[in-house]
Amino acid sequence: MSIKSVDERRLREVALTPDEYKVIVGQLKRAPNEVELGMLGVLWSEHCSYKSSKALLRRLPSSGPGVVQGPGENAGAVEIGEGWSVVFKIESHNHPSAIEPYQGAATGVGGIIRDVIAMGARPIALLDSLRFGPLPESSHHVEGIVAGIGGYGNCIGIPTVGGEVYFEECYANNPLVNAMCVGLVRTDQLVRARAEGTGNSLLLVGADTGRDGIHGASFASLELDGNSSERRPAVQVGNPFLEKCLLEACMDLTHTDAVVAIQDLGAAGLTSAVAECAGRVEGAGALIDVERVPRRERGMSPYDVMLSESQERMLVVVRRGREREVETIFEAWDLSSAVIGEVTDDGQLSVVDGRDHVARVPVKLLTDGAPTRRLVGFAPEPPYGLEIAALPPLADPGATLLRMLASPNLSSRRGIFRRYDHMVGDSTVIAPGGDAAMLRVKGTRLGLAVTTDCNARYCHLDPHLGAQLAVAEAARNIIATGARPLAVTDCLNFANPDRPEVYWELEEAIAGLAYACRALELPVVSGNVSLYNDSNGESAIYPTPVVGMVGVIDDYGKRLSAGIRAEGDFVLLIGSSHNDLGGSEYLKVEHGHVAGRPPGLDLVREKAVNRLMLSAAQSGYLHSAHDCAEGGMLVALTECCLLGSIGVRCPAIRPEPPLRLDAAFFGESPSRYIVTVPSRAMPELQSLARRHNVELSLLGLAGGDHIEFEGQLKLSLAEVRQAWEAMFL
Amino acid sequence: MRFGVVVFPGTWSDRDCGWVIDQVLGQELTYLWHKDTDLKGCDCVILPGGFAYGDYLRTGAIARFAPIMEQVGDFADRGGLVWGICNGFQVLCEAGLLPGALIRNASLEFRCEWTNLLVERTDLPFTSKCGDREVIRVPIAHGEGSYFADPATLSRLEQRGQVVFRYCDSRGRVVPAANPNGSMHNIAGIVNARGNVLGMMPHPERCSEAELGGTDGLKLFRSAAEGALKVLVS
Repeated sequence: MSIKSVDERRLREVALTPDEYKVIVGQLKRAPNEVELGMLGVLWSEHCSYKSSKALLRRLPSSGPGVVQGPGENAGAVEIGEGWSVVFKIESHNHPSAIEPYQGAATGVGGIIRDVIAMGARPIALLDSLRFGPLPESSHHVEGIVAGIGGYGNCIGIPTVGGEVYFEECYANNPLVNAMCVGLVRTDQLVRARAEGTGNSLLLVGADTGRDGIHGASFASLELDGNSSERRPAVQVGNPFLEKCLLEACMDLTHTDAVVAIQDLGAAGLTSAVAECAGRVEGAGALIDVERVPRRERGMSPYDVMLSESQERMLVVVRRGREREVETIFEAWDLSSAVIGEVTDDGQLSVVDGRDHVARVPVKLLTDGAPTRRLVGFAPEPPYGLEIAALPPLADPGATLLRMLASPNLSSRRGIFRRYDHMVGDSTVIAPGGDAAMLRVKGTRLGLAVTTDCNARYCHLDPHLGAQLAVAEAARNIIATGARPLAVTDCLNFANPDRPEVYWELEEAIAGLAYACRALELPVVSGNVSLYNDSNGESAIYPTPVVGMVGVIDDYGKRLSAGIRAEGDFVLLIGSSHNDLGGSEYLKVEHGHVAGRPPGLDLVREKAVNRLMLSAAQSGYLHSAHDCAEGGMLVALTECCLLGSIGVRCPAIRPEPPLRLDAAFFGESPSRYIVTVPSRAMPELQSLARRHNVELSLLGLAGGDHIEFEGQLKLSLAEVRQAWEAMFL
Repeated sequence: MRFGVVVFPGTWSDRDCGWVIDQVLGQELTYLWHKDTDLKGCDCVILPGGFAYGDYLRTGAIARFAPIMEQVGDFADRGGLVWGICNGFQVLCEAGLLPGALIRNASLEFRCEWTNLLVERTDLPFTSKCGDREVIRVPIAHGEGSYFADPATLSRLEQRGQVVFRYCDSRGRVVPAANPNGSMHNIAGIVNARGNVLGMMPHPERCSEAELGGTDGLKLFRSAAEGALKVLVS
């Protein structure tokens, strides 16, 4: 049982280390056969086992008053009232999208939808958080990935309502595609993927099994290199039409009590689905007969069947004797289904091929056996100091504004989201383009606000603070619509954690997420980790902990959007401004630096501002609200004007020292909103702000078709819009 | 008055149309399964949006062979109201119930956005609640919605006044800039010569409530609800 009994090349193929192999041999008390080695390799991959991040992830808060389902299932679930729960999760599909942008992104969307379906929930919205290298060099990534997301979401009929798109040099070889799906379920009908009941049948439904995607999970756990394009067969091909049928059939399953559990087949295919399902029940095992798995092609070995990542498949655990009932439901949608095995009580995942023994591995060894990797983090030299005093003063705010609006990270995303169907479902009451999107819950007055956020530049400069800022900004996006933030799903995109500086980033970012989530009372109920986003051992991505968030408003009739609604309204800045130019878009666009400390975040202040905002929104004092984020106050104000097609007239800004003029216009201090208020509500709002001890500054009056700060800038909305929309239209 | 909404595998506007008919309009609603072979006494049949059978091969090309389509064809021949929306319009063209075809958008991209439509016929059972040459705001969501017909068909359509909706600007001017997909003559919707089969690319079921951004679509549903009762089905 020495390591020499297995070819080292074979170990590399299944992405296991010699040490891990020794653990396997020790646990099995024998050498694993080929199939067992493949199954363990894929489940012990970073992608499936979280062996490098598991210990850190425990730091995240995962429980709270409304949490119905925390991490560990296909998706998280939180109660929103009137018997409904929201089910949601975000997941990465970075590696496949890097080498096959269209299918990589499309199957990323398909996979996350199945996670929500598996909970018995109907998916009602999709969001996509994307990172690309600069244009035009990365246009093949942008084109393919945007088309793939649209191709899948538009066809399956789930609206794509939000997300983000950022451009930064560090993503040139490693674009990020994080897809989030949000669904609704009656709380008492939530399904869990637990293989309960010895003797119950395992039904494989949906697509036939082919050779596609074998070793996809292992591939996602390696750095990309010059040979990565040879991994293209590890990228699956999506069939959104089939998944639409699968979705509807699974919704029909809720009418029967013959179903015990539903599990999505994603990374590591059948092996992972069966092991996870059994692993959630103490002592449970499963017996699979690969001969009974419907195949797409001839000559597939048991190894191929167990490791295939063919898309659009689900595993359904059915009460013994009631298989026909469930099969009939799938037949109505012309979907094939096959009983491929049963639940056992021996704690083993046993695989046979007809009468031949194929594999037998303890379920716990598959799901929890991967040795936790003890990695070491070292803080690198803090990146590039910034001497703010050395920056030249702001010469022409208007010219700067136009350049910033035309820059890749601030320009209008309309050209992208109009390629996504964001209206299907008749529930989108706040469309994409502002802060969070909002979906109504039909049959109630409840509105569900959804967003994703992460400023990775901040995380690069200070991962702990950057991660906190991501949580805070996502929460502000939700609050700007008038909704209360409820819970978080996170997608942690990092480079190779074997490098001490990367592992340090991971540690810091998770600690920052945990800190902010605790402070803002936001449980993290689901998530995903994507490591090894490097190429050829260099060009590491910025640490990118994307925060997906949902919130709820009791009456969506009281929702707020970002666009100015009425001429004559007061335009106000809520919150305080500081010289927060570190890591800002202003610094990058105007001075070419990514440097300095990210904006300071005081979570106590943040909560006070948020309480004021929710109270003002609830009382109906506000006509519109918009979060101040990248580009600072002036960019946020401009967006309010463009989205509402109403201008604004303001007196000149005369910042009180030490606040600089550039920071007043373009600084990115957090905990701030731009709101518009009808004059009659001003006294109430002022007294409310005093009570919450929050600074309120009058910027000017809504009206006209210019953006004007007297003597400082005056631009027509038409020329501003042209600059803003030039990039993607 | 009973609306029937056809459900093919891959259809997704069925539930949105159903919502408007049932919850907003308060009319009777029946879903018609693609394998069904009777229309269950419906007074108006809607072929809704989606990707029927995945739209593999060509949009609507497989759906036209669904068992239910034989009944829909018969019903149309007898004067019954048939209304194709988006993918439903594509299916009606493939089935030969309407002339012409929908081809890929000129931009070669999917487009989901609000459009303005000039209503050119208000004497139809689908549009009676619209004002004469009224401009209505209705969203589109399609990748293959560019209306195409040969010159003879096109001139016949124009001569007989079969163009019901045209993409226009907010002031009702039919200009190239208002055309979102490259449709010939800015055509967004047409009717058959008899006036009982309507096909349109925009989605009226997405603008039948104020909270969704507009209520112009409801005018069409109201018209159809009233119009279907006046139509004599032989």
